[in-house]
Amino acid sequence: MAEVLVLVDHLEGEIKKSTFELLTAARTLGEPSAVVVGPAGTAAKLADGLAEHGAEKIYVAETDDTAFLTPEVSVLAGLIESASPAAVLIGVSADGKEIAGRLAVRTNSAWLNDVVGLSADGVTHSVFGGAYVAEAKANTAHPVITLRPGSVEIEAAAGAGAQETVTVSVDGRNASVTSREPIVGGDRPELTEASVVVSGGRGVGSADDFGVVEGLADTLGAAVGASRAAVDSGYYPHQFQVGQTGKTVSPQLYIALGISGAIQHRAGMQTSKTIIAVNKDAEAPIFEIADFGVVGDLFTVAPQLKDEIAKRKS
Amino acid sequence: MNIVVLVKQVPDTYSERKLNPSDGVLDRDATDAVLDEINERAVEAALVLKEANDGSEVTVLTMGPDRATDAIRKALSMGADKAVHLSDEALAGTDAVGTAKALAKAIGTVDGVDLVIAGNEASDGRGGAIAAMVADVLGLPALTHAREITVDGSAVTVKRETDEGITMLSAELPAVISVGEKINEPRYPSFKGIMAAKKKPVATLSLADAGIDASEVGLANALSAVTSASPKPPKSAGEKIEDEGDGGAKIAAFLVSQKLI
Repeated sequence: MAEVLVLVDHLEGEIKKSTFELLTAARTLGEPSAVVVGPAGTAAKLADGLAEHGAEKIYVAETDDTAFLTPEVSVLAGLIESASPAAVLIGVSADGKEIAGRLAVRTNSAWLNDVVGLSADGVTHSVFGGAYVAEAKANTAHPVITLRPGSVEIEAAAGAGAQETVTVSVDGRNASVTSREPIVGGDRPELTEASVVVSGGRGVGSADDFGVVEGLADTLGAAVGASRAAVDSGYYPHQFQVGQTGKTVSPQLYIALGISGAIQHRAGMQTSKTIIAVNKDAEAPIFEIADFGVVGDLFTVAPQLKDEIAKRKS
Repeated sequence: MNIVVLVKQVPDTYSERKLNPSDGVLDRDATDAVLDEINERAVEAALVLKEANDGSEVTVLTMGPDRATDAIRKALSMGADKAVHLSDEALAGTDAVGTAKALAKAIGTVDGVDLVIAGNEASDGRGGAIAAMVADVLGLPALTHAREITVDGSAVTVKRETDEGITMLSAELPAVISVGEKINEPRYPSFKGIMAAKKKPVATLSLADAGIDASEVGLANALSAVTSASPKPPKSAGEKIEDEGDGGAKIAAFLVSQKLI
């Protein structure tokens, strides 16, 4: 069976959840080979976790070179040459997409980006925030596939985890990294990975009043989101924006508070399994896609909902 | 400094966007087209550098159909000096790999480029890697998702900001930079700027003019193909109630009935 290369995403000795999704997805195409790129000593910390999720091989590409993302691109390009993999799988993230795009153009491979499902026949894309479903296929060998986090249910599987050292050669002109400050996750779940998201819109009215959105979110163990109108008004930071120019989320439950539901916003959340909307305006378009809508003041409805949930929990 | 800014005309995100059912390619006629917001920030970043470095020149480069001239005019009216419009029917349906190669060739028609600046991610394709891909083709360093750009002599430093955190990057010019949302607030074109833009030179390039290999571009040569595209049936509205003092409790009851809490 052909190898499927999986680029391992890791931070401070921990494998990211998206990598386990890639290893699971890789098994539908062939035998997963995990590719670890990082400073010396990285692979030793990750090997057990990778083998437990089905990695038959682990390519160990350790380097202290500071070239930005180039070691990843070079190592994968080298392995495409030497191992003729059926595909290369990389998780969707800013770095993941950059590595994938560079790898595809360098090796003249099809780049199937932001895929939500894959099989031997091809891949599935969810386009324009879920308004369209498109099927696509590669016209080249070794396509580079970037998988959207949360698209695949992780399944553990024992793999041999045989380690093989790969020499990292970085040539050409590169940007180099002089320092890094990774964001350490807060108490709330990551917006794109959360199973429940509570978002606030212009109707929240001020940055201070976003506390009512956060309060409900925390009771549900949810991530907090915001509409573009709320972000543009300075109520909430941009990294929490849900919509066409922000994040695309697809949680089990999405609660929209004071959000009118412009296309701009709906594009980022309309594939949520269940949508609840609270808005003063009975004509707000958000109600057209809500499974349950309440026409009313979010400042009375949301706290009451929070209390009801808290009651049920205790 | 000699700066090239990559711009792109995209469907307005406030209008409904469609895919062409026959080939799965974006239906660009179905929507209003605008200069992508992130490109305005790229133009602004270039203009800021131009203003700080006497004798600089800013060239706007776009690849797209005839009507992409609107995007070019907007950038010129903001203050860019000239434009290159890569426009050829053979380019329709070109994929990201082909686009990166074509843009790299078109950049090559501008002499002595020090810096290429682009937006970090267009609002339509959202590949988010074209700048880095162009850099890879050109063999230049890629400094992406810039929140701050500092140029000091031949050294360029970028504060890169993504969801994962902040990374400080440095490189020697020439280099490629992509800018993020927080880099700046783009200026509005002045009336004078709009009038001046009408007289600024726009060079239109065909594939042959730019030296692009026709076998690397176009829908037929794309490295991947959309095999089917269909609109998802719209989600229908569920129950809607007026709050009569028990709205929160009613939501809770609904969530319980759906086994969500």
